[in-house]
Amino acid sequence: MQDTNSSAATAAPRPGFVGRLWRWFFSPTARYAWGVIIVVGFVAGVVFWGGFNWAMEMTNTEQFCVSCHEMKDNVYLEYRNTVHYSNRTGVRASCPDCHVPKEWGHKVVRKIQASNELLHKMLGSIDTQEKFNAHRLALARSVWRGMKTTDSRECRNCHKFDHMEYSVQEPRASKLHQTAFAEGKTCIDCHQGIAHKLPPKAREEYRDMLEHIDEVGPTQRLIDFLQDANVAKAKAAR
Amino acid sequence: MTFVRLIPLIAAVAVALAIPFAASGPLAQEAKAPKALREAPLTEDSVPPDVTKQSVPAGGFDRAYRQQPPLIPHKVEGYQITGENNACMGCHDWPGNTRVNAPKISETHYVDRQGVRLDKVAGTRYFCQQCHVPQADAKPLVGNIFQNATQAK
Repeated sequence: MQDTNSSAATAAPRPGFVGRLWRWFFSPTARYAWGVIIVVGFVAGVVFWGGFNWAMEMTNTEQFCVSCHEMKDNVYLEYRNTVHYSNRTGVRASCPDCHVPKEWGHKVVRKIQASNELLHKMLGSIDTQEKFNAHRLALARSVWRGMKTTDSRECRNCHKFDHMEYSVQEPRASKLHQTAFAEGKTCIDCHQGIAHKLPPKAREEYRDMLEHIDEVGPTQRLIDFLQDANVAKAKAAR
Repeated sequence: MTFVRLIPLIAAVAVALAIPFAASGPLAQEAKAPKALREAPLTEDSVPPDVTKQSVPAGGFDRAYRQQPPLIPHKVEGYQITGENNACMGCHDWPGNTRVNAPKISETHYVDRQGVRLDKVAGTRYFCQQCHVPQADAKPLVGNIFQNATQAK
């Protein structure tokens, strides 16, 4: 950097640092063999791509989520009493299994969205239980809306409608599942609050969320588009 | 007399025969520990009862007597009943019950203790599982001779 500045100062007609970098980037090499460029490029590609995905997976674990006390002292504690935390067979669904899409593109969009969560972590928006409970309704509505517009995509990573064996379900569950699917309902329409404490008047609030499902700003509209959220279908199947 | 000389022998035989009977008499019972429900000694953990699964009969349970609160024939694990949410009311409150074809809570449950009729379940009836309980096909810990009202007639 220093070298660049001094040379730029002495030789005035020479292009600036950016200009030379631009020219260097597009000029052919006479020094390195094609084989070296290909091999080094391939290895660097594997390292950078692998490193990127590895780093993203690091943020996609339960340990990472509960490293923030906002999560650990509120929603994680509530989740620990539920069937998705401990059950008969020991098959678990941890935080990212329900809250982060599995598919790569949708996952990256969700990860970019998480920068908003980092902002509020820094602002301390929900850093006490009182503040968290004051925001619980807004947080819940946001998750409900996401699940409703994506037809509960994260639920369906494990719970596939087509592979449900109704005959081994509890009689009530068997009957209700079949009628609900016929009506075009999705998991979250009935199964709210299965892993976390519900906000006050959850049933009324859920219905209110459905009423206003398409009343969102441009940012949410862009997120909906990138997440393949089908708001029109969600609105029709209300 | 030979009989007189036999008296000590007869007495000895009588005592020997009486000992087993005396051992099972009232005096001996004091030595035996009373049988308690808790079978293990106090210093040890008792064996926990078998885990039984909840009964979920398709047609529900019959009532054993007229005033019996109906029993819950489905799983209720994880249902949130707090001051602000009541999971049961999602299906058993009118008009939601018509949507899922679930039995509606009794009309008496919409009346508060002053006799005022309400639109929502009365606070005095709010905690469903105080009266309405799930069932498991478990062996009773203590035997009983209960007969339901129809059997007793």
